[in-house]
Amino acid sequence: MTIYGVALLAICTLIGVGLGDLLGMALHVKANVGGVGIAMVLLISARVWLTHRGALSAGIKLGTEFWATMYIPIVVAMAAQQNVLSAASGGPMVVIAAVLTVAACAGVVALISRIDKGERP
Amino acid sequence: MSFLVDLLTKQGLVTAFALVGVIIYVSHLISKYLTRGRIHGSAIAILAGLGLAYAGGVITGGQKGIADIPMFAGIGLLGGALLRDFAIVATAFEVDVVQARRAGLLGAVSLGLGTIIPFGIGVAVARVYGYTDAVSLTTIGAGAITYIVGPVTGAALGASSPVMALSIGVGVLKAILVMIGTPFLAPFIGLNNPHSAMSYGGLMGTVSGVTGGLAATDPKLVPYGALIATFHTGVGCLVGPSILYFTVRAFTG
Repeated sequence: MTIYGVALLAICTLIGVGLGDLLGMALHVKANVGGVGIAMVLLISARVWLTHRGALSAGIKLGTEFWATMYIPIVVAMAAQQNVLSAASGGPMVVIAAVLTVAACAGVVALISRIDKGERP
Repeated sequence: MSFLVDLLTKQGLVTAFALVGVIIYVSHLISKYLTRGRIHGSAIAILAGLGLAYAGGVITGGQKGIADIPMFAGIGLLGGALLRDFAIVATAFEVDVVQARRAGLLGAVSLGLGTIIPFGIGVAVARVYGYTDAVSLTTIGAGAITYIVGPVTGAALGASSPVMALSIGVGVLKAILVMIGTPFLAPFIGLNNPHSAMSYGGLMGTVSGVTGGLAATDPKLVPYGALIATFHTGVGCLVGPSILYFTVRAFTG
């Protein structure tokens, strides 16, 4: 049944985001700390467990994979509601800070993937 | 005409599904025929979304792009944090467990660097533009981490409203640049495997930017980047008003 997949996804999300909120509270942070990441780990574990038991039905797969494929449309909708106007009108300081940040971080990613490749046999 | 507007307004989320579907369809046509597939259809669709957001901002003067127009309010729901997080979690279903297990050290290193480097650059640029007090410098630096860390830090430190706006501006622009830039940067920085996607997620941080950018580059990489990036804002909010602020204050005296 498809709903099993959707419900599994929902339960993992609820537990993960809930734990992220609690973690934020425990650390006195006004934000969710890694809730989505925790939920992802739960879902990965659930899939491994279901596969081992041979209980990973087509319905469960359909229910979760549907939402995974809806990800790009959701990102497009997310882009359509950003405050682009204010970001664009923030003046040169905003632009310089953002561009330098992205450039520097991209450089470090390049560096890490070099090192990473070197380490691999 | 008003009948149509009423219909679309009442059917909010359904209207959003239809609108986003049309945007993606047109974007893929543009990708195929105008760029011969060189620019990914998803990248064009995201760019179109940002264009609509800009138009929405100009028309309504609001802060939520096209979603501020009542007829398109459903876009706010479809692209809001709730469904976004739900769909990100769903992408984990396809994750290669062996790869994800190796995230530990790499994730921690990239999260650390992804917090310190943007913060340092943000503070330095703010300093060049004449800000000297520790609160403003920290708030703008925090904005360079993500657009949520900026205002959270600013609010905790009691920063002024214009500084908060600048801080959010830096973060939003960073997210947008990452969204648009990732497909173009990818070949140059070796972003074509789960491992580099994870370090990318930690370094760039902004969940919307990273996942949007990876979606436009290679949808298979999205969960790996998201897995690490999702911790980024939390870490930033943790160290921003504390360690980072104290460090800046030690320098400014």
